[in-house]
Amino acid sequence: MTEGLIVSSYIPLFAILCPATAAVLILLSSKRPNVRESWTIIAGILQFSLIASMIPTVLDKKVVQCLLFPQTMFEGIAFGFKVDAFGLIFALTASFLWILVSFYSIGYMRSLKEHAQTRYYFCFAIAIFGAIGVAMSANLLSMYVFFEILTVSTYPLVIHEQSEEAIRAGHKYFAYLLTAGVFLLFAIMMTYYLTGTTDFTNGGIKALAELGSAYKLTLIILFFCFLLGFMKAAWMPFHSWLPTAMIAPTPVSALLHAVAVVKAGVFGIVRIVCYIYGVELMTSLYLGLALACIAGFTMIVANLFAIAQDNLKRRLAYSTINQLSYIILGAALLTQDGVRGAMMHIPFHGFMKITLFLCAGAIMVVTGKKNISEMAGIGKTMPVTMLAFTITAFGMCGIPPAVGFISKWYLCMGSYEAFREISPVMIAFLFVLLIASLLDVVYFFPIIHTAFFKKPEGEAEEVEVKVKEAPLFMLIPLSITAIFSVVFLLDYILGLNVISMYIYELVRVAIVNVNPEWAMP
Amino acid sequence: MREPIHYWLGGWAPPWGIEYVVDAFNAYVLVIVLFVCLLTAIYAKRSIEKEMPHKIVPFYVVFQLLVTGLCGIIVTGDIFNLYVFLEIASLAAYALIAAAGGRSLKASYNYVIMGSIGACFYLLGVGFLYSVTGSLNMHDLSLLLPPLYENKVVQAAFVFFVVGISIKMALFPLHIWQPDAYTYAPSAVSVIIAAAMSKVSIYAFIRVLFSVFTTEFIQIYLPIDTTISWIAAIAIIMGSVIAIMQTNLKRMLAYSSVSQIGYIVLGVGLYSTQWGLYGALIHILNHAITKGCLFMVAGAIIYRTGLRSIKDFEGLGKKMPYTCAAFTLAALSMIGVPPTVGFITKLYLVLASLEAVEYVYVGVILASTLLNLVYFWRVIDRMYFVRKEGEEEGEKEIRKDEAPASMVLPAIILGSLCVIVGLLWLAGAETPLLPIVDQAVNALLGTGVAAP
Repeated sequence: MTEGLIVSSYIPLFAILCPATAAVLILLSSKRPNVRESWTIIAGILQFSLIASMIPTVLDKKVVQCLLFPQTMFEGIAFGFKVDAFGLIFALTASFLWILVSFYSIGYMRSLKEHAQTRYYFCFAIAIFGAIGVAMSANLLSMYVFFEILTVSTYPLVIHEQSEEAIRAGHKYFAYLLTAGVFLLFAIMMTYYLTGTTDFTNGGIKALAELGSAYKLTLIILFFCFLLGFMKAAWMPFHSWLPTAMIAPTPVSALLHAVAVVKAGVFGIVRIVCYIYGVELMTSLYLGLALACIAGFTMIVANLFAIAQDNLKRRLAYSTINQLSYIILGAALLTQDGVRGAMMHIPFHGFMKITLFLCAGAIMVVTGKKNISEMAGIGKTMPVTMLAFTITAFGMCGIPPAVGFISKWYLCMGSYEAFREISPVMIAFLFVLLIASLLDVVYFFPIIHTAFFKKPEGEAEEVEVKVKEAPLFMLIPLSITAIFSVVFLLDYILGLNVISMYIYELVRVAIVNVNPEWAMP
Repeated sequence: MREPIHYWLGGWAPPWGIEYVVDAFNAYVLVIVLFVCLLTAIYAKRSIEKEMPHKIVPFYVVFQLLVTGLCGIIVTGDIFNLYVFLEIASLAAYALIAAAGGRSLKASYNYVIMGSIGACFYLLGVGFLYSVTGSLNMHDLSLLLPPLYENKVVQAAFVFFVVGISIKMALFPLHIWQPDAYTYAPSAVSVIIAAAMSKVSIYAFIRVLFSVFTTEFIQIYLPIDTTISWIAAIAIIMGSVIAIMQTNLKRMLAYSSVSQIGYIVLGVGLYSTQWGLYGALIHILNHAITKGCLFMVAGAIIYRTGLRSIKDFEGLGKKMPYTCAAFTLAALSMIGVPPTVGFITKLYLVLASLEAVEYVYVGVILASTLLNLVYFWRVIDRMYFVRKEGEEEGEKEIRKDEAPASMVLPAIILGSLCVIVGLLWLAGAETPLLPIVDQAVNALLGTGVAAP
């Protein structure tokens, strides 16, 4: 991010202070639920507008910079924010979805009369603070600070139920993610020790690439330490914290375990691949191939696991593990379209997966059902919810009309490019992608089938089914995300350029940042 | 860079008279120790009124004596005078620990025995040095000693110093007096001996290593840096592992101290790297505020509820929200979650170990993070999340019942300092903190004659 024009501005700081301030205000107004919730909403809207206001600058191929502490105690490391196109994509996604999920949380938490709601909203705000911080950090050390804040603040959310099972899930969550933090810290310090900097640099840190062949093994080990550090990306075999964490309330699973936390993990991996190691170094060390193998393995195996799950949220969790590996694979392909697909999949998967989770939550609130086998006929009682579910499930499998189709298209293109440019072996990943998409169909379609075409047990005759949807607080957010995932696609195909054009443009800018040679249209 | 402050006691010029010297390192430690002592004095009022109502006056007298001793150790530039103050402080500490009565008598007795052995070792070291140089002034010694470095008496003196002070600062495996003493002492006394007194012993350790002797001596004549680094590494792991096994909060904190002393000594052992001594000096401050806060919280919990065992802490988060908040901040710092002070130490020590190409130490520091997590998170879990057995959700409202403000406030101040100072370190902000550590490290390593 060093090249290009730098615009100094306090907007990133203000944006990140929104959830932090909201967290304090939430604590202060714990006795008045309506005031408390409105802080969350206000902060969310304010934050999104602040982040969105940076779009024009970033599209102008500039970088918004806000160095809080230009000279930390470590020479060469500044503490602060630099918002480039890639970071902005993640920040926009997370902050926009936070608004919607906040509305949804109100409906969900109040319908279920959950306890400790102040703690819930407080931790949620802090977690968003961490996620946005990760998105906008200027270097690895700043990122690590927010990364750990994100980990710690989500613990109370995971164990919200406070049952023995929940606490055990929380311990597992910590055991994985904080161990990962230790590896990440080691890797960051090692990078700093080797190069004297940890800045995210377009095309990778030069000093790292110039270390020479004597450091080959060190660099490979370092890369795997980074990879272990980003266990948040839930790549296999270090994935099992994610399904376990599904014991959390559904809005938490939706935003944090489909968007903020796990995306922070893949975001970190893409950062390492594209902005620390750089495409050339990755290729010359065969790290791209190694990473692609891990991702490919995860995609297939996670999907097989998903088929076996009966609990809807757990099935969605395995689907998340699979989809995250799409992003990792895209980055690992090290080709223009691969990276493009990876970057696009971050917001697109976010929108689609959050819809699916919100639907699962709505079903739970209305009917109390958690398992897919109990959901027969639910499409008739909750038509809107299940319609949203169906559309986005199609998207997950890469079938229009939802937007998953586009990112998958680019990922396939990317693997074909890799086959031509890098090595013939890479064609294997095209097949992996296709098989994984096929498996997506295998576990999503039964849900749709059960919901719409199966009759509930014990109901012999056709009974007039009453429509009973979730409260509007929940229904509207999930409809909005579903509509968005359709609009993104229509926008692209019909060339309407209404709203999603920003995402495509941002991705284009981000790709040129990664490798200037990829500047073609 | 300011010149050190010199004061000649009774007007006698050194090396004949006793000299008090305050340079960057002294000043740094002195401010930390006195700050902790001040907060402890505020904290002690209510705590002592409840714990030993009949001994209030003696408590304050001995407490002042302890503070005198601690300050004396820090400001003096004379190694025999340092011994005198070491004994003053230690005797005061023995008395304060024993004041709680009951099991603390045995703890205090153990401490007397071990402490006296430590002090004797130190005194032997002083005597040996005096016998070959005829001087007791630190600066004078550092000038007289270099030609005598090969002398076996000098080397023996050095070993006596190291072992003697190691007992005083409870470096593993010489820590056996420490857990009992910390556990059974009155709450306020635990705070001051854990947060302030251990720091002063470490100060003496670093002072003797680098100001009386020099880096040259340690490097060439008696290379103990590898040895103490390894001991420190073992201390870090063992302290944490034993802490995991504890059920009593104060005892757990005591073993955690053993591990934390290991951090500081590891930093000292890695002095030859760019970052080692920074890590050690910074951790002196970090550990003082963090451990001070934790022991204050332990005391406040005992004051209000009488609970000592971690497994009884259910619902404390609601009952004593501010106390538990302070505990959480300090515990996060102990674990090393950014941006707390513990994280900063971790960074420095990892960098120092990387520079020394000692991956074992890197592993030890990082593993210790996870071990700390295990035993501190257990407490936080109990306080906030775990329900009492057989109790259903929201069955009964837990009423807020905080400890007195004079006990909670100091804990909160220290707890928030964990984050504030952490940010200041991380930011390299324009506070006197970093320059003074910088100056102290340069003085200690540069010439080896910093003190005078």
